[in-house]
Amino acid sequence: MTIADPIAELPQIDEEEALRARRRRNEKVGRWVLPILVIALSIWLWDRIVVWNELPHYILPGPGRVLQALVEDWAILFDSLLVTLQITLGALAIAVVGGVGLAVLFTQSRWIEMSFFPYAVILQVTPVVSIAPLIFIYVDSRLAGLLICAWIVAFFPILSNTTMGLNSADHNLRDLFKVYGASRWQRLRFLQLPSALPYFLGGLRIAGGLSLIGAVVAEYVAGTGGIGSGLAFRILEAGYRLNIPRMFAALFLIAITGVFIYATLSFISHMALRKWHESAIKREV
Amino acid sequence: MTATTKTAPDSSGVVPFAARAPILSLKNIDKVFGRDVVALKGMSLDIRNGDFISLLGPSGCGKSTALRLIADLIHPTSGSIRWQVDKTPGALSVVFQEPSLMPWATVADNVWLPFRLQGKSRASVAGDIAEALELVGLENFHDAYPRELSGGMKMRVSIARALVTHPRIILMDEPFAALDEITRFKLNNDLLELKSKIGCTVVFVTHSVFESVFLSDRIVVMAARPGRVIHELHVNEPYPRSEEFRTSSEYVAHCRATSDALRDAMEEHI
Repeated sequence: MTIADPIAELPQIDEEEALRARRRRNEKVGRWVLPILVIALSIWLWDRIVVWNELPHYILPGPGRVLQALVEDWAILFDSLLVTLQITLGALAIAVVGGVGLAVLFTQSRWIEMSFFPYAVILQVTPVVSIAPLIFIYVDSRLAGLLICAWIVAFFPILSNTTMGLNSADHNLRDLFKVYGASRWQRLRFLQLPSALPYFLGGLRIAGGLSLIGAVVAEYVAGTGGIGSGLAFRILEAGYRLNIPRMFAALFLIAITGVFIYATLSFISHMALRKWHESAIKREV
Repeated sequence: MTATTKTAPDSSGVVPFAARAPILSLKNIDKVFGRDVVALKGMSLDIRNGDFISLLGPSGCGKSTALRLIADLIHPTSGSIRWQVDKTPGALSVVFQEPSLMPWATVADNVWLPFRLQGKSRASVAGDIAEALELVGLENFHDAYPRELSGGMKMRVSIARALVTHPRIILMDEPFAALDEITRFKLNNDLLELKSKIGCTVVFVTHSVFESVFLSDRIVVMAARPGRVIHELHVNEPYPRSEEFRTSSEYVAHCRATSDALRDAMEEHI
């Protein structure tokens, strides 16, 4: 190493602290290096298994062939990715509006909550695969059908988390708002919504992944679509044609999309909470 | 009622209680929770301008219930609570046992809250906010977040929030009970300094004989099951009270008298 070790320049640091600093630095590097090492090793092993066993590419293609498919079919796959992304993000947006809206409604009226919460649960626990065929019978627009399916999967964590958050506002603060004669709207705006923010963001992160799953599952159920078909459709289609490398390439894109959504939502959550919430604050010691 | 007025060892130089203008009167208050949990029975209390009243008693004597009644958070089963002055918004404020700050808001925004709920912009009350924070010694912490402050400092913010509207009455529900003793003593001193500076009226709930004697000029001793007032003691010692008061013979005498009254309260229901 050419860069001077900062620890070495501070002889007065005690052994325990030096150990801690070293461990912290190693951890920082390890967090990135180790997963990359694991994936590199897996890809290498995958490649070797294909070569050693002389597996034909319609059974298991090697990583090189998948990459090749990704490059050669990029035009098709990218269009499909956009479709899937559109449905995923659309569903997530509706889930946010619907989930938060319902949660606010629930906390404003016990009657509404008692009336509708059981049905929200039923909607959540019924597998979307079993509802989806019905939805595609009654909803003409394919896009709307896909959105509804993905929404059903995604909205519940937002609803239940936000409801919990809205109800978790500090009781003394509730009393204080009452003492100062706050209106219902003021209580919602200045107390309940900020209290619910960390809960909502936790739900959002779960919902982001779920809306992608919902979009993919719905596409499977919707089946053939011709123009404007998403990645799930590409996987089905490639499967019928024994184009296994393209299946892998589409799968890879779905996984990357999921990671990207999760990372984005985590970042948003961190930025929104970094100043005040325990979950986003680095401990000093 | 059986409530008696003991007058503990006397001293001079205090505004006589009778000369103080009443702000709020509780008359013969009963509060029953559910069917048969009598939290308060026949409580009467006049809160007068400049009083520092401590409600002292064992757990379950209804001190906190009394405070919540005064704050209009709950309503009496029978009896009346009457304001003798105009009850404007912000005429009454509360400090709880926990600082109860909004963690997402800065110190200044927390202190702004009572005004914000009245629809006043932060700019229009910036002076009041700065003044309140200066009174509690936090003038350099406007933009800090509550998590960056120590327990004692959070409590100061909570007090600043209570002071900011210049309330007629400040209710304090064991505000220092969760703090360490050194911080508690410091805040006791600071609270008295505040009192002599702005002459506020305080109703203070506490478990501690020593705290009640040091802080207040009226100590209302309450008994449990049912919650009721059994003694009122006066601590006729002038404000400002300094740290020396804690070790004076008068202080000790007041503590003894208060302890005796509290013992009465404890034996009352057996």
